[in-house]
Amino acid sequence: MSTSTLRTFIAYVEDRPGVLNRVTSLFRRRGYNIESLTVGRTEREGVSRMTLVMEADDDAALRLEANLYKLVNVLWVEDTSRAQTVIRDLALIKVGVGAADRAQVMQLCDVFRARVIDVAPEALIVEITGTGDKIEGLVDVLRPFKILEMVRTGAVAMLRSSEELALRPSVFPKPTSETAAA
Amino acid sequence: MRTATATTDSANAAPVLKSDGDSDAEPESVMRTGAQIVWEVLREEGVDTIFGYPGGCVMPMYDAMLDYPIRHVLVRHEQGAAHMADGFARASGRTGVCLATSGPGATNLVTGIATAMLDSVPMICITGQVPSHLLGSDAFQETDITGVTLPITKHNYLVTTAEEIAPTLREAFYVARSGRPGPVLVDITKDAQQASCEFVLEPPPVRLPGYRPELKARALDLERAIALIDAAERPVILAGHGIVKSEATELLRELVARTGIPVACTLLGLGGFPATDPLALGMMGMHGEAWVNKAIQEADLLIALGMRFDDRVTGNLKNYAPRAKKIHAELDPSEINKNVKVDVALVGDVKQTLASIVPNVATRKRAPWVAHIEALKGDTAVRDIQTMPHDGRLFAAHVMHDLWRITEGNALVVTDVGQHQMWEAQYYKHDHPRKLITSGGLGTMGFALPAALGARLAMPNEEVWVIVGDGGFQMTACELSTCAQEEAKINIAVINNGYLGMVRQWQEFFYDKRYSATPMKSPDFVKLAEAHGLTGIRVTRREEVAEAVKRARETPGTVVIDFRVEAEDSVYPMVAAGADLHDMIRRPVAVVPEKAAKETL
Repeated sequence: MSTSTLRTFIAYVEDRPGVLNRVTSLFRRRGYNIESLTVGRTEREGVSRMTLVMEADDDAALRLEANLYKLVNVLWVEDTSRAQTVIRDLALIKVGVGAADRAQVMQLCDVFRARVIDVAPEALIVEITGTGDKIEGLVDVLRPFKILEMVRTGAVAMLRSSEELALRPSVFPKPTSETAAA
Repeated sequence: MRTATATTDSANAAPVLKSDGDSDAEPESVMRTGAQIVWEVLREEGVDTIFGYPGGCVMPMYDAMLDYPIRHVLVRHEQGAAHMADGFARASGRTGVCLATSGPGATNLVTGIATAMLDSVPMICITGQVPSHLLGSDAFQETDITGVTLPITKHNYLVTTAEEIAPTLREAFYVARSGRPGPVLVDITKDAQQASCEFVLEPPPVRLPGYRPELKARALDLERAIALIDAAERPVILAGHGIVKSEATELLRELVARTGIPVACTLLGLGGFPATDPLALGMMGMHGEAWVNKAIQEADLLIALGMRFDDRVTGNLKNYAPRAKKIHAELDPSEINKNVKVDVALVGDVKQTLASIVPNVATRKRAPWVAHIEALKGDTAVRDIQTMPHDGRLFAAHVMHDLWRITEGNALVVTDVGQHQMWEAQYYKHDHPRKLITSGGLGTMGFALPAALGARLAMPNEEVWVIVGDGGFQMTACELSTCAQEEAKINIAVINNGYLGMVRQWQEFFYDKRYSATPMKSPDFVKLAEAHGLTGIRVTRREEVAEAVKRARETPGTVVIDFRVEAEDSVYPMVAAGADLHDMIRRPVAVVPEKAAKETL
């Protein structure tokens, strides 16, 4: 058996009430621990896209995929560990610094290619996009400056090149008025 | 469910089945209420019998029902409705339908739905729901039944408009019966039932872009499987429910005829291969014969067909069939490598898979292996209760054996859950599929009687027997009243030992004979039958069994036979939960009378 690692899955689902509940209920019932889960619209009407990060070995990953496909509203599942993938996470970090330390924090943000998007007399908000590691790195160096709040979106993932699009089955709804009418 | 709030249902007396004549539009359509559309679609799907219980939020459907040619069976508890629809489906291969109102009516279905889910039974559950404007307000008899049943249905729907009813129900039937079948629940708000809309008579094709039930085993995997089969010296076929469901029994027989490979069945696979065939090994697993389990443990190849390596079948996974390569033919990809790691997975309908394998395997005999298995039987026959010296006492196994003999193995037997279920599986030899109906996956006590009534209505020409324990019988005995009202002919053999026998047996083996909450006092089942206007017979001695069975078969209407069997008999052999499959508890060679046994301990 292969060892458990964090894996990222992309799931296209029908945009209908209750679908998120079905997916999360599946994970709860089968004992998968979700590291992060994001859901949003896609370029196609009526289709939502989920990015799921969880711990799983090879077997568990295959069964997870099979279990997702058993949900009637799930259209297409991709285990990103099989292909080159871009994975990004976004964090907003509120740091409790006044005028004295502000410059130093902004310098650090530059190193991490993070942006300061709001400045108040006693605090500023940093926005950073990147892999989980990169965000952790920034958090580590900002910690001494007193982090007041932090929020993360969780990972979103996209396969590189056009591989994924080619893999999608023909049953995948086309971005036309046909689905909008359905 | 029993009482409705003040509603104004009486106003819905629209004339039914009148075609709106002269519309020339391409798809012919008519105006119907949502409630009428439910029955229109059921009729279109070929449904002629449903099981249900009325209540406030299904009154529009019940009112409309009177104008449609449907047999409605009024159950005594909604759990019975679900089990009846289940039994109807298992006996006939059709899709069973049950109907219940919102709230408690719907939640009472839950046990029946879970039972159907674990045994992959195609079933449609229609529930009424409070009017859509009250959804989420904790209204009277409101339950979030789609939420409740989400993990125990194959899929479910909440319908809030009349327009959605027809497409949803059609989709529900398609999902329930296709692929790996299962229960689908459709929850319909009362206002959707009352509203009217156009009903298109010609059903459009179901469009489910993400649902792909048609899977086929890959050619490369089929080749590998065939090579493994040809090379195997000690193979065993493990036949499961999938053989019965996909109607692959003929192909399985052909496979065995060509390859000479013996067949062991799961509980739900019994009947998938003729039990009286010389290569039939009978049931495997926890209560399979010791020599059958030994054969599996010694095998060099397991060919698993439409089964899922349940823990009751494998025992301790670490030491399961350690020398065997494994081929797994299974429709549901999520079952592959779930419990047992396999060498070749054939994902697809098992009938299609067999059709690809059978003509391509080498014809050969496996006489040494078959002879070896025969030798593994050892003293099994000596330990068999049938061959033990007769001392006048009545054992449950006697009842099963005599019943099998007298009905010539042709009855449709519906069993409940517990000791009697295992004894039936051991002693009633099923040669044909769909002749044993039992709750395998969920192990639902109270299943047998309602499921048998469903089976009876699906198969009017079968001889239907219920075999049930005194505990399970009392869980749904209220359905005797339904049997009486429907004038259904069912024979009920109550295996009455005064205990919750299977739990008692575990307490005997694993809890130092501390009988916690297992002794059970029952009513007089003969009088209970008579109170329903039915026939009751009591049997206390083996000599009386045959006569009672004959009398039951000849008596019109449902008959209850109260078999007062040996109180503390156990099901042998037995693999303790989690133990290795070959590590079995065997029946003592002589049945020592209870008193003497105590003295020697």
